[in-house]
Amino acid sequence: MKQQRKPKLAVWKFASCDGCQLSLLDCEDELLAVAGEVEIANFPEASRAVARGPYDISLVEGSITTPHDAERIHQVRRASKVLITIGACATAGGIQALRNFKDVREFASIVYANPATIEALAKSTPIADHVFVDFQLRGCPINKYQLLEVLSAYLHGRKPNIPNMSVCVECKQRGIVCGLVTHGPPCLGPVTHAGCGALCPSYHRGCFGCYGPKEAANTGSLSAWWAGKGMTERELLWNYRNFNAYAEAFRKESEAHEE
Amino acid sequence: MKNRSIKVPYLARVEGEGAIQVRVREGAVKDVKFKIFEPPRFFEAFLRGRHYSEAPDITARICGICPVAYQMSAVHAIEGAFGARVDGPLRDLRRLLYCGEWIESHALHIYLLHAPDFLGYEDAIRMAKDYPNEVRDGLQLKKVGNDLMNVLGGREIHPINVKVGGFYRLPKKEELTELIDRLEWAIDVSAKTVRWTSTLNFPEYEYDYEFVALRHPSEYPLNEGRIVSNKGLNIDASEYEKHFAEEHVGHSNALQSVLKDRGAYVVGPIARFHLNFDRLTSRVRALAEEIGLTPPCTNPFKSIVIRALETMYACEEALRIIRSYEPPEQPAMPVHARASTGYGCTEAPRGILYHRYTVGVDGTIREARIVPPTAQNQKSIEGDLARLVPAFASLPTEQLTHRCEQAVRNYDPCISCATHFLTLVNEA
Repeated sequence: MKQQRKPKLAVWKFASCDGCQLSLLDCEDELLAVAGEVEIANFPEASRAVARGPYDISLVEGSITTPHDAERIHQVRRASKVLITIGACATAGGIQALRNFKDVREFASIVYANPATIEALAKSTPIADHVFVDFQLRGCPINKYQLLEVLSAYLHGRKPNIPNMSVCVECKQRGIVCGLVTHGPPCLGPVTHAGCGALCPSYHRGCFGCYGPKEAANTGSLSAWWAGKGMTERELLWNYRNFNAYAEAFRKESEAHEE
Repeated sequence: MKNRSIKVPYLARVEGEGAIQVRVREGAVKDVKFKIFEPPRFFEAFLRGRHYSEAPDITARICGICPVAYQMSAVHAIEGAFGARVDGPLRDLRRLLYCGEWIESHALHIYLLHAPDFLGYEDAIRMAKDYPNEVRDGLQLKKVGNDLMNVLGGREIHPINVKVGGFYRLPKKEELTELIDRLEWAIDVSAKTVRWTSTLNFPEYEYDYEFVALRHPSEYPLNEGRIVSNKGLNIDASEYEKHFAEEHVGHSNALQSVLKDRGAYVVGPIARFHLNFDRLTSRVRALAEEIGLTPPCTNPFKSIVIRALETMYACEEALRIIRSYEPPEQPAMPVHARASTGYGCTEAPRGILYHRYTVGVDGTIREARIVPPTAQNQKSIEGDLARLVPAFASLPTEQLTHRCEQAVRNYDPCISCATHFLTLVNEA
């Protein structure tokens, strides 16, 4: 298909820390090249200029946590030909989904003096719970090179090359000695989606699941292994309840260890 | 201009979701709102019950631009609670990591977020067509900061190497010395940035602010110091809540920090510079004198130049630390949990960031309190808008609106940070 004009790129923010959209600005060597290939039509963190939709590619950061945002995501979807979620908030509800395991009113009263006026949904939910998502890029934060790969793939009409293996495989590729079977710090590597390049194991600590569960993650087996090493139920629970706590595999496993 | 309305429904080139609204009736400013509609995320609530060792990783997620600030305030507060003190090379490495964050955050703000205002562009990408060398230099300067964070922290956003007591892994000497050439380049480029930003057109606007920053006996403040101001404040971080309060302000939908009895104050580069000019390196001071910018500087639009001076300082400081670095024996010192409360206050790129944690004997966090810099600057941001609109009343509305936006960006506001502790309250 011949492009008559540059494809329009939009970046949207929901509840998040801004880190994933910042990844685009962190592409110091590639940013100007990207800007040469697309029209940056809506990216408030970077530009005052806003061009009208429809947008060829929308990158969506953040989770849905307010009634207003639950409406707004439908407008974004309607204005977007391709909608890609970036990061753990958008794909799994983010760290703010820890509220999903509690009463949100109780949470609000801890932080805010006047909790009755806080407009917040009971749950922080991923974008795909609300609208159709074309592609989900994981990570807390995302890997900026994977972001460039996804953008490049959609601009050229091909499938993104984002491996869906576990962090364990990345460790093996880097030749890092397995901590889990040697000295044994808690490591979520066997059940966590690849993408970080086995960052934590290379810094002598266990994976803590930034990229969320990989497909068919065998969390039960990992928990049994950990329990055999003396980990308490409470520690098991917290290990699955971080930035991807509401992703199904981690949610179910953590609930299995609730008292 | 009798009746006028300045509205920016979605502020661009800031971090997070905010808006401004100024209403003028009969020539007088009636209503100023720096609105924050970013949804709350309840960090202080879900820190309760977590193990203290998780605090640096969890609080980093408050902000993608200044995660190191959150990690540093968290570890200092918790170490304080446990009566531990991290010194020597580990302390230097923390300072080095923080320098990386200052460099990347300041370069981002100077070149990508703020400079386009002064030069009349919608964004840096459009600006790059006319200023290709400046934008390219700015991006490479930012990259030097990010590379420091990559080596020390593992990655630039939400680094994974910071722990209570020190680090998980120490950098090898050569991993750091590899950066020396680029830091030397970065010092030159940040000096160029200082000269370049000093030639921008600054709106004529001054105000006698109360500046609040850390003050250390010998260093330009990053991780440690007393909290001082130009109006007589001089306290330890543990006394913060005695002197500062957060107010519900009906019209602003947010909690605003104030100095008790005195009101609005300013944190960030302009405040640090004002209170710590004598702690900068001689090269940075000489350059500041050369361009004619020394304290007192009470024009907030000039904060872009001060950010450039601080970037140069951070590059020089990083180089100094790297040159003297000898890896210690252990990546972290042992810490022992005890039931106590600890306080931490460090200088995020945009100003002081206060943390307090109460930890139980089992190492579980019982209570957490976090006051980010943008919450503290909010009231001064509104004050500036209220004063600027009448001062520049002769401008057409579109230009005046842009001037207001630019004034907000003077503070490099981090709305995502602020909001996670601010309310979205309706007027009671």
